[in-house]
This record gives sequence, structure tokens and C-alpha cells, in this order.
Amino acid sequence: MANLSIRDALNQAMTEEMARDPMVFLMGEEVGAYNGAYKVSKGMLAQFGPQRVYDTPITEGGFAGLGIGAAMTGLRPIIEMMTFNFALQAIDQIVNNAAKMHLMSGGQFCIPIVFRGPNGAAHMLAAQHSQSFESFYAQVPGLKVVTYSDAKDAKGLLKTAIRDDDPVIFLESEMTYGQQGDVPDGEYTIPLGVGEVKRPGTDVTIIAWSKLVGQLALPAAEELAKMGIQAEVVDPRTIKPLDEELIFDSVRKTNRVVIVEENFKFCGVGSEISERIYNRCFDDLDAPVERVTSHDVPMPYAHSLESAVLPNVGRVIEAVKKVLYV
Amino acid sequence: MPVKKKAEAVAVEAPKQQKLALSKQQLFHFLRQMRQIRSLEERSAQAYGQGKIGGFCHLYIGQEAVAVGAVAATRPDDYVLTTYRDHGMALARGIQPVAILGELFGRVIGCSKGRGGSMHMFDKQLNFLGGHGIVGGHIALGTGAAFSSKYRGEDRVVLCFFGEGAVHNGGFHESLNLASLWGLPIVFVCENNRYGMGTAVERTTKVVDLHKKAESYGMAHGIVNGMDVLEVYEQSKRAIAGARAGIPCFLEMTCYRFRGHSMSDPVHSHYRTKEEVECYREQDPILLLTEHMKNHGLITDEELSELERQVSAEIRAAMDAALASPEPDPATVFDYIYKNPIRPGTRR
Ligand SMILES: Cc1ncc(C[n+]2csc(CCOP(=O)(O)OP(=O)(O)O)c2C)c(N)n1
Repeated sequence: MANLSIRDALNQAMTEEMARDPMVFLMGEEVGAYNGAYKVSKGMLAQFGPQRVYDTPITEGGFAGLGIGAAMTGLRPIIEMMTFNFALQAIDQIVNNAAKMHLMSGGQFCIPIVFRGPNGAAHMLAAQHSQSFESFYAQVPGLKVVTYSDAKDAKGLLKTAIRDDDPVIFLESEMTYGQQGDVPDGEYTIPLGVGEVKRPGTDVTIIAWSKLVGQLALPAAEELAKMGIQAEVVDPRTIKPLDEELIFDSVRKTNRVVIVEENFKFCGVGSEISERIYNRCFDDLDAPVERVTSHDVPMPYAHSLESAVLPNVGRVIEAVKKVLYV
Repeated sequence: MPVKKKAEAVAVEAPKQQKLALSKQQLFHFLRQMRQIRSLEERSAQAYGQGKIGGFCHLYIGQEAVAVGAVAATRPDDYVLTTYRDHGMALARGIQPVAILGELFGRVIGCSKGRGGSMHMFDKQLNFLGGHGIVGGHIALGTGAAFSSKYRGEDRVVLCFFGEGAVHNGGFHESLNLASLWGLPIVFVCENNRYGMGTAVERTTKVVDLHKKAESYGMAHGIVNGMDVLEVYEQSKRAIAGARAGIPCFLEMTCYRFRGHSMSDPVHSHYRTKEEVECYREQDPILLLTEHMKNHGLITDEELSELERQVSAEIRAAMDAALASPEPDPATVFDYIYKNPIRPGTRR
């Protein structure tokens, strides 16, 4: 085991995969000479050279589309989005081309590509730099959507994403790049569609992913433990494919569910998860599913307002109390 | 407001002296392919009228010289991709008429197994990277295929076709910039048939010499009479040779579509006059090549009618074979969404 930051874990994943497979390359704004806007690709230009690490102009639609065309013709691009807010300029490429090519061509062309970069709010970045996009991409057949909540998952899942033959949206968070965690030594991968219980419990299931596991779900569980409530924290890790059996198993044990996400509430990922829980675990539920999300508001700048929009530990605890009727 | 357009022709002359000394055989091949496309499209129009083809259907009639001349200038391992107006391009690239018609009819024999339809013909073996439905959306894909060729140290070239309507889309500009910046082996071919649906090119830009837009990106460019298959072939050959050496190029090929934009658009309506259409019909690319061949004693009337007979029989047979193919089994509706479908949780 090594103790690594998530930034270094991601860097290792890319570096190992590029060393393993010459068809893998990294492309994006500032990934090379600048070492990455958030330094995730630090040292990679020096190690692999400009034939494997490409700095692009600010042309998201252009380099996303270029990556998809490269993937159609045998390469395995890693496309870094400086943040997913900017990927909206490439959403036509991601949705109309990457996601649909395999079906449109009757299975002839697959698109082994990873779009990765920070997703969601950081700190007071205001409306155009703070959105979470899991629910956008998860809606589209043909895409896979991957998140991680710790360094071990970050590395194992990114390696799997790079090896996958389908387009993967790999959502990171600039807030947690510095977060340290134990990472197994040597080669390992984590399959897509397999979640993990991050904290066992018996009284309530808190479903969370990405940075909210560490920022909200686990701290809330600690607080709740002080009140004698044992919360189980379930991280599906990949939003699509979704490890619903892991979720159902937990629900059948605790009979109460709170889903925590940073997406807007309307048509959020939690809407889909709750629907599945109602469908498959209706008789197991002792209370309606509660959802803790961002409020449906374009992110305001002021600290007080941003805090009011985003989910927080207090709201998670409130929701847990509500499903426990305490 | 409809713009009155006087019937001003693309500079039409009899095809110039062939500089590349094409063989009779090669000219015959051009003529045959153009006739095949014309016949296939005419049959498609009929079939559409009979309800055998669904959705949108954009015919290539009038533009045959572009696909035939340009694709003839490629190597089999080069890549070709285009827009939704792709039936002619698919045929020129070598997709069998039965696979094109089968796709139009939504049958399993179709080149995309009935999953793509009129706008989305693909053939991986033939390096045909598709018909694409989003105006401007595929230009970056072509650029990516060119990147791929260069990345692997190959010398394969991409021929990326699009209509003049796409030139005002970001995808065009972002792609030309990247291709020029990185010296990618690609020829961007704008088929300027003068109208994007009902909008004449003059109503879309101040710079109607579209090929000059490449200058913003430091890219070689040129204008080609897209009604003249020999000129198309010759200029494409030259551009492709440049691209193979790492110099991308933007070619504007002036042409005209003789039919409406899609099946719901009549041949001439508010946006263009009957006279204009007639004027361009006089420069029908098939007519031009036929006359050229006749004038040079390269084809006899008998050979011509034999060719017509053959092509017509071939397309009719393809039609029957396509219609005999079944529709995809509804049980296969979830096929091809993913290359690696993953049943969640199963690998735990
Ligand atoms: C992004 C986008 N906007 C609008 C359309 C609808 N549309 C389909 S074809 C077309 C006209 C395109 O004209 P042009 O590029 O000149 O090609 P042509 O049809 O003449 O071959 C339009 C507006 C589309 N498919 N994609």
C-alpha cells in the first residue's frame, strides 16, 4: 500500500496505461507544458513526449470530435476537459457521435474514449463553473458514467475506463485532488458496475458518490453514530452501469434510504435510483426515500448563497432523521 | 424572403484536356458509377413514394461527379466520410447497392444492419466512416481519423465531405484549425450545391468564395468544378497527394442538386426558379462525361445503351434482394448500444 493523493493516483493510472498501450494518448487544454490545469498530468509530457501528450487550443468541440474520430480508427484517447462545464461545448460530439456511433453503424465502430476532468462545484466559482453533470450523461444510452470517492477507486476505475471499448465520462473533482488515501501497490483495476459499501451500518442507507462520500456522507454518519444511529454509506462508484443489487441489499437490511448528490434535484440521478428502489424494494421500505441535492438554482457567487444551494452535512442528518421518524 | 437568383452557371466548359491521361477503362468506370448512383437514387425516390423508405431521404442526384471523381482519387486504405446525403458516396466507396438499399429499407442486409438508415451508412472494411446527420458534427471526426493516421505513422488520407451549409458551423472552423496546426493528412471537401435546404449561400455569408475561408487557418485551398468528374478527380488527386505529405487542403466543389433538399421539398419552389434548375441540368455531370467520351470516340451508342441496361438491371435486382431481406428482429433492440455491455454488479 502506498499513501497517495487522488491527483497522483489518477496520474499513475494514466501513466501506467500509456506505458502499457501505445494507442493510448492524452489530449486537452494545458495537459502538457503547463502540467495540467490542476496538475493531474504532471510530468507526463516529459515522460511520454509530444507524440503522446497533446496540448490543444481552446476548442472543446474540436478536440472532443477529433478524439472520437481517432477512437473510430483504432486509438484510445484520454480527453481531458479542464472542467465539465466546458464540455458543454462538446456535448454534441459526446452525445451525437461518441454515444451513438456503435449503434448507428450496426456495431462496426466502437468508441474507446475517456472524457475526464473536474465536475461539480468547487468554491465560489459562480454559475458557469459550478455545475454537476452526472445526470446529463447518465441519461444517454451508449455512455458510461464513472465517479470515485477515494484514491484507490480513482486509480482502479480510471484504468478500467481507459481499457473499456465504450465512451466513458469520468467525473473528478478539483476539491479532492489533494485528498490522500491508500492505494494498492502494483497493477490493479476495479470493474465498472460494481459499487462499494464505504461504511457498514444497520439503521439507514446513505447513497452517495464522488466527493460527497467524503465530504457529506461519512461525516454525517459519524455524527449520526454519536446519536446512536448506524448509517451504511453505499457508493455505487459508477453511475452507469449502476450496481443496483448492492443498493437493494443495503435497503433490504436498513429499510430506510437517503440519496445524496450534487446534481440539481429535478431529474437527478437520485430520481432514477429511488424509482428503482420503489420498484424492487417497496415492501422493504419503512419510509419514503429522501433526497438531498443541490437546489434547482443556477449557482450564485456569494458564499452564503452557494452554501444555501449545495447539499451539506446538516441536510443529510435532517434527511436521515426524517426517514427514521426521529 | 426568397432571393431571386439569376441562372448563373458554374463555369462550365467541356472537360479540359485530361492531364492525367485517364484510360478509357477509367472513364468508363466513372460513367458507370455515376449512372449507378443516379439509378439508385431514382429508384429510391420511387420507393420512398411507395412508403418503403422511412424518415428523411436526401438524394444525391446532380452531385454524382463529386463522389465518383474524388473517391476514385483515394486508396482503399484511405478514409472517407460525409453527411446524411450519403447514398452516392457510399456507392462510390464500394458499398454494394443491395447494402445501401437494404439500409434505406431498414433491413438486416443494410450496411448498418438497419440501425442507421438513409443518413447513417457505414462500412468499416471499406474505411467508410459514415454518413452523419448533424451539420458540421462529423468534420472533427474526419480530423480525428487523420490524426489517427499520423499518430500511427501511416500515410492514410481522409476525405471529409460536407455541404456549404456546414461552413458556418463551429465544427468546420475548429477542425480546419486543428488540421492545419498539426499538419494532418486530410482533404476537406465542401460540396457547394448552392443551397442549404432553402437558404442560398449568399444569404449565409459575406465571403461567398468559401474556399478562401481556409486562409484564416493557413491552409491550402482551391475551387473545383464539381460537375466535371475529370476535374474533380484531377484536383482531388493533387490535394490527396499533398495531404499524404502532411499538407491538408480545403477544396470547394461547385455543384448543384437537381432534386429537393429531401423528399418533402419539391425540385423548385420559392427559393429557386425552374429556369435555374433547368440551366444547371444542362451541365448534368453524367451528360458532360458522356459527351466528352463520345467526342473522343471512347464510347459508342451501343456501349452506352448496354451500360444503361446493365445498371438498370443491377439496381433493380439489388432492390429486390434488399426487399427480400428481413427487418431486424425486435428481440435485438438492445444490441450495439455498447461494445462491452456490463450487467451491473455481476463482476462483484
Ligand atoms: C446542426 C444542424 N442544424 C440543422 C440541421 C437541419 N438540416 C439538415 S440539412 C440542412 C441543410 C444543410 O445544407 P448543406 O450543408 O449545404 O448540405 P446539403 O443538404 O446541401 O447537402 C439543415 C439545416 C442539422 N441536420 N444539423
